[in-house]
Amino acid sequence: MTPFSYTRAGDAADAVRLGAFGGAKYLGGGTNLVDLLRETIERPSALVDVAGLPATIEEREDGSLLIGAATRNAALAEHRAVRSHYPVLARAILAGASAQIRNMATVGGNILQRTRCAYFYDDEGSRCNKRSPGQGCDALDGFNRIHAILGASADCVATHPSDMCVALAALDATVHLQGPAGTRRLKLTGLHRLPGTRPDLETALEPGELITAVELPALPAGARSTYRKVRDRASYAFALVSVAAVLEADSGTVREVRLALGGVAPKPWRARKAEDALRGGPATVQAFRAAAESELADAAPLRDNGFKVELAKRTITAVLGDLAGVAA
Amino acid sequence: MAIRINGTETRAPADPRVSLLDLLRETLHLTGTKKGCNQGACGACTVLADGERILSCLALAVQFEGRSITTIEGLAGQDGMHPLQLAFIEHDGFQCGYCTPGQICSAVGMAAELARGAPSAVTTDLGAATVRFTGEEARERMSGNLCRCGAHNGIIAAITQTYAGAAL
Ligand SMILES: Cc1cc2nc3c(=O)[nH]c(=O)nc-3n(C[C@H](O)[C@H](O)[C@H](O)COP(=O)(O)OP(=O)(O)OC[C@H]3O[C@@H](n4cnc5c(N)ncnc54)[C@H](O)[C@@H]3O)c2cc1C
Ligand code: FES
Ligand code: FES
Repeated sequence: MTPFSYTRAGDAADAVRLGAFGGAKYLGGGTNLVDLLRETIERPSALVDVAGLPATIEEREDGSLLIGAATRNAALAEHRAVRSHYPVLARAILAGASAQIRNMATVGGNILQRTRCAYFYDDEGSRCNKRSPGQGCDALDGFNRIHAILGASADCVATHPSDMCVALAALDATVHLQGPAGTRRLKLTGLHRLPGTRPDLETALEPGELITAVELPALPAGARSTYRKVRDRASYAFALVSVAAVLEADSGTVREVRLALGGVAPKPWRARKAEDALRGGPATVQAFRAAAESELADAAPLRDNGFKVELAKRTITAVLGDLAGVAA
Repeated sequence: MAIRINGTETRAPADPRVSLLDLLRETLHLTGTKKGCNQGACGACTVLADGERILSCLALAVQFEGRSITTIEGLAGQDGMHPLQLAFIEHDGFQCGYCTPGQICSAVGMAAELARGAPSAVTTDLGAATVRFTGEEARERMSGNLCRCGAHNGIIAAITQTYAGAAL
């Protein structure tokens, strides 16, 4: 690790004041940042510890939920309201990392965790446009089994590794931000950027902006939701493909559907094409499969990850089938 | 502010780069806590922070100022070993022993999660107030602790025997 100072922020205003200095970085649980500091992929001059900021989960009268950014992943998955009203979120979090890591990791840090692309991590031996802009990307022609099939570019094919964010995308979550220029709100689906020619620019956050909270709108009454993660081993592995789905079906018709994919794209991937194909149509296995086909029509697999295309289609079809109570 | 480690107040390191794991092993010579991967992937460095299991390799020691850490050295009581330590011996829950301190601290943290009804990825009914602690639940909840010797069957037997009754 290169040297840095360490300060605990007393409140959000304090954090933003400390975070405004060039070279400062916020520290949540540290489960991603400490690793990247050790690899000297991140080299901040100052760490501002925001893990002591509000970690409350507020159930509001309109049925929405306001989650403090310092809430630990484990605490969020365990919360009564999340378990009963947003099972997709509880399941996504519980499918991620390990119990120890979920006890440490914060909501803010989970959203801003960086890719697990091995070439990004290999500072000494590999080229990576995300780590060292303009250097080239060794994943393009390398071992790219875990890489993206949607939304990638000729400069970067890394995926966003979060499970929680896939659920947040399907839940239409809004992220509350506070920065030197004041406060603002951003849809989670608009927070992460696609790589294009600048894979080093990963989010729409301004320098020094702090995530203070995440807001979940109430789900439509009668909607069901769940998360399914497909991976190389049964537990403690990142997603190859994951699906977060919210479905409201009534007498065999899809009233409302929200679908997001993990493990396949540089950001939590909201599957709007599939949603549009489904809304108002029949809640049948055939319709679910056709919607999955339309979403994956743009897939651009690499040498090693072609299997993700069919895997994503099957997982989408199965998850929607489960929620609708129709068997494949 | 100090860090309380196994009941003793310890000054946090002046250099914030020191991990909690290195503080334990290198400064305090509490070498029960092991360094396996040093990147969050194996669980050998698991300790308890105010009773919650965490990975000491992914934590800076300064983050834990004001908190209370329990390592494997702090688990045994006045009258001898922790029941889980005895169960690990009885069930051959180890071969080389390298993962064992992490396994045991992790399982103690897991027991508290079970006792308050926290669900896991394999819990079917998210709304249930209590967890039915099956072998499948034990395997999922302990998946953050790897054993290179393959002593998992003994580990799971020791844990389920110790906590199955207590958690229900
Ligand atoms: C072995 C291993 C396996 C894992 N498996 C999975 C998995 O299967 N699924 C999954 O989803 N994740 C997985 N993870 C990743 C884990 O979920 C993240 O490391 C964790 O969520 C990050 O949260 P944190 O609070 O520790 O973030 P930190 O490491 O503290 O910070 C991460 C980033 O967020 C920034 N940040 C933190 N808080 C804020 C804030 N409030 N405002 C602005 N910026 C902020 C930091 O500056 C940093 O850039 C795994 C991690 C490990 C080590
Ligand atoms: S040493 Fe901490 S998880 Fe491996
Ligand atoms: S007993 Fe050797 S690693 Fe588990």
